[in-house]
Amino acid sequence: MSLLRVSNLVIDIGVACPVDGVSFSIEAGECFALLGESGCGKSMTALGLMRLLPPGARVSQGQVEFAGTQLLALPENRMRQVRGGGIGMIFQEPATSLNPVMRIGHQIGEALALHEQLQGVAARARAVELLMQVGIPDPVRRLDEFPFQLSGGMKQRVMIAMALAGRPRLLIADEPTTALDVTIQAQVLDVLDALRRKQGMAVLLISHDLGVVARMADRVGVMYAGQLVEEAPRARFFAHPAHPYSVRLFSALPDPARRGANLATIPGNVPPAETHHVGCRFVERCPEALAQCREAAPAWRAVNADQRMRCVLERSPGIEKVGTSRGLPAGRADDAPRSFESFSGQSPSGTAAEGDHDTMVPPLLSVNDLRVHFPIRRGLLQRTVGHVRAVDGISLQLQAGRTLALVGESGCGKTTAGKAILQLVSPTSGQVHLKGQLLVGLSTSELRPLRAQMQMIFQDPFASLNPRMRVGDIITEGMRTLGLAAGREKKSAERVAELLGRVGLAAEMASRYPHEFSGGQRQRIAIARALAVNPSLLVCDEPTSALDVSVQAQILNLLAQLQREQQLAFLFITHNIAVVDYLAHEVAVMYLGRIVERGTTDEVLRNPQHPYTQALLAAVLPVHGPLVVMTRLTGEMPSAAKPPQGCHFHPRCPHADAACRTTDPAEVMISATHGACCLKLKD
Amino acid sequence: MCSTTANASPSWGGSVYFAPMLAYIIRRLLYAVPILLGVNLITFVLFFVVNSPDDMARMQLGIKRVTPEAIQKWKAERGYDQPLIWNATAAGSAGMAHLTETVFFNKSMRMFAGDFGRADDGRDIASEIKHRAGPSLAIAVPTFILGLGVAIAFALLLVFFRATRADFFGVVLCVAMMSVSGLFYIIGGQWLVAKVWHWVPISGYATGFTAAKFLVLPVFIGVIAGLGASARWYRTIFLEEITRDYVRTARAKGASEAAVLFRHVLRNAMIPILTGVVAVIPTLFMGSLLTESFFGIPGLGSYTIEAINAQDFAVVRAMVFIGSVLYILGLLATDISYTLADPRVSLK
Repeated sequence: MSLLRVSNLVIDIGVACPVDGVSFSIEAGECFALLGESGCGKSMTALGLMRLLPPGARVSQGQVEFAGTQLLALPENRMRQVRGGGIGMIFQEPATSLNPVMRIGHQIGEALALHEQLQGVAARARAVELLMQVGIPDPVRRLDEFPFQLSGGMKQRVMIAMALAGRPRLLIADEPTTALDVTIQAQVLDVLDALRRKQGMAVLLISHDLGVVARMADRVGVMYAGQLVEEAPRARFFAHPAHPYSVRLFSALPDPARRGANLATIPGNVPPAETHHVGCRFVERCPEALAQCREAAPAWRAVNADQRMRCVLERSPGIEKVGTSRGLPAGRADDAPRSFESFSGQSPSGTAAEGDHDTMVPPLLSVNDLRVHFPIRRGLLQRTVGHVRAVDGISLQLQAGRTLALVGESGCGKTTAGKAILQLVSPTSGQVHLKGQLLVGLSTSELRPLRAQMQMIFQDPFASLNPRMRVGDIITEGMRTLGLAAGREKKSAERVAELLGRVGLAAEMASRYPHEFSGGQRQRIAIARALAVNPSLLVCDEPTSALDVSVQAQILNLLAQLQREQQLAFLFITHNIAVVDYLAHEVAVMYLGRIVERGTTDEVLRNPQHPYTQALLAAVLPVHGPLVVMTRLTGEMPSAAKPPQGCHFHPRCPHADAACRTTDPAEVMISATHGACCLKLKD
Repeated sequence: MCSTTANASPSWGGSVYFAPMLAYIIRRLLYAVPILLGVNLITFVLFFVVNSPDDMARMQLGIKRVTPEAIQKWKAERGYDQPLIWNATAAGSAGMAHLTETVFFNKSMRMFAGDFGRADDGRDIASEIKHRAGPSLAIAVPTFILGLGVAIAFALLLVFFRATRADFFGVVLCVAMMSVSGLFYIIGGQWLVAKVWHWVPISGYATGFTAAKFLVLPVFIGVIAGLGASARWYRTIFLEEITRDYVRTARAKGASEAAVLFRHVLRNAMIPILTGVVAVIPTLFMGSLLTESFFGIPGLGSYTIEAINAQDFAVVRAMVFIGSVLYILGLLATDISYTLADPRVSLK
């Protein structure tokens, strides 16, 4: 008998129906993954079976059977014993999911008191045990701390410890690592996987990330628009996805093999939950749709003995291979298509040509020893007692029409670096030249005409557009402030229409407000706004990290196309290695305010020299290929207020020795373009 | 200033934690000096734009006795015979005399040394304040504490029954209560409770325990008059907290609704509630202008009203000065209370 059996679950919110007839079952000890993009009803399903739906939403049909008990018929006080006792749950955002004003020990103790009847000293001892299980160093001290004193990864470990307190037989993990950095994600997934195997606990994993699902799941269910559309064991799913939606999820992943070429995208968006469906839910976005797909909803159909889907199409073996080769195997550099070279005007054969290029043409952007230190003030007179060295001496060059990716984990200073380059925060020292013009030290009014040259696209398209302004006004605002001729009334309307067209939106959308658009469309508006003043440099700060995979592919395609057409230079700030591999020409890896390695994309990603780069790449979860458990990077990035002596990375470095603790490593050049800051590279 | 620390700091707890707090308090008190100077100056200017010392003397002396000599004598006795702010004829080579031999310096600046002087009728203002503070506090403190408790309890009750009819009617009741003028509660309460039912005297005051019968009605009316607005506001704060992720986590742990409300929501909601509430605690000392006048309570509120009516500058500037000192202390107390309610906040 299955541990959890969900049959025909339907959840209503008014007229909308975000979950519409979902059925699946999970065996004891099994990890079942619900995979899908945002808005497809994954989290709603999980909350529904825990009976924790937000106000207004209700389960209108279906059954949930857990360990032989019908959960939906249970009285509330019995259901409370199931929550935390039979089924534990962890959530996406560890920063907000813990009570900010309650000590860690009390929050775990609350669960222990409810389900294990432990109080006082016994509860404390058990809490320490739980924190040790999830790999929190110094657990006794942590018990008396508040959540804000812990890093994101530590908070998620505490969440896991809390969920384990009631010894649940099923753990629901709702996007457990989406808010975490890759190296931390790898650590947390290791903890989850080890605990599951040790305790024989079943896991319902909810994720949009194919890499996470590949790492964790035994079986995969793909959700689309409130329904499961495909179900298969992991190995089969990743080798042969069957449903057209599943296939396109894979092909939309950024892939270095497709550099310079467009990524496959899924046109349009997930239909809103209030849509009334007659035929297949994917039909509007499915290029292979037949007439019968529109007439009747497809029934479940077995593709194989253990794989089934809701689709009438017969898979031809060719289609499922679309762009599914992925991962970062070493030595791929040579056979990767080099089509991007054709527009950057260089020979495909490597570094010497690029070196020439650098000396012949002065760089568009040149940053020299840039530092941004924020003072820490203390005491009666607010004297400066130290500095947060957010950016601590970075140098980089960027040519017109090229993309430089600034890669690093959160807190490494990459966003501050981007802002300092644009003079949005004033640098403490160092020079920034744009087209030979020194930017540092210019007054606001002197900078204003230069702002047309450099624009920025921000991470969160929901927060970075003024909700009270029409799209047309958002786009023309920059032109007006900079006094460009195109700011005049009639001409500006034409200009807005042209810009909207260029980013793939209709001209009549200019009179609408940002909330009427989806995330991807908003990011297009943000790009149009940046393009309005004809910049030559765009700083893109994580422009796709808030977007779904299929939408991310659309935006990446758009950016690549704009670069080809207008010779735009991109400074691309990101933590997503796959995006870097697809889009960037050069990469600079940042750690704790410094660049530790730089070079062309192939050099850095295929032949990483710095131990941090190697660890960062090892933490990226491959979608395909065998699961290799690499040596994980332990610990977390130290505070930029107190960076370690010597090499900043030495406390986490597996190769560190005495010299690393005292000596600041200088850059060692591996080739003309490839350099890394590591003492071990000298010999 | 008041800030949220992003990183775990080892200085948490113990004396290391209080040293920055002390520095913060001292710094804030130093900031208060220019603020108080400005308040004094503005009060002075506003008052003497409307009145001249001659007007004050005429009003105090009454129409019949007004002669130029009497006015001069009245002014000399009370220190209004000097120039207002700048004394051009003052002797002394240091030049400070230009500033010190003025009405502003002698009447307003002395207050920084704790010297409030005398009212125009000759009574000592400091001892008057001492006498009148007791009755003011006797009304204001119970009204404040009961009002806060009742409003929070009522708001929690509404939140417990959220999205039901009870909640709806509760909110309607709150809106109705806050729409009615405070005067109505006072007059209506006096009529019903004192005049029709004869439960308590309509107005007046006594010392010792006998004061209780005079205090019950104004305190009760004070609580009722404030309930609608605060309960509705607190309900909004609670409802906002209850949608937070950590509340969902608590429910997923299996915590009961009562545990969720009291252990999780209430403590977090206290942070925004404190903002509005702690700042007014010191100003309770100032008494309530309206309630004290209507119930005939000899507190500081009625003292201020009488002084304004009598155009007694000495009392007005003293009460404004004390009011601003108390308000500054209230804001400081708000900042300190944050550190107690919210572990993320530390004062630097």
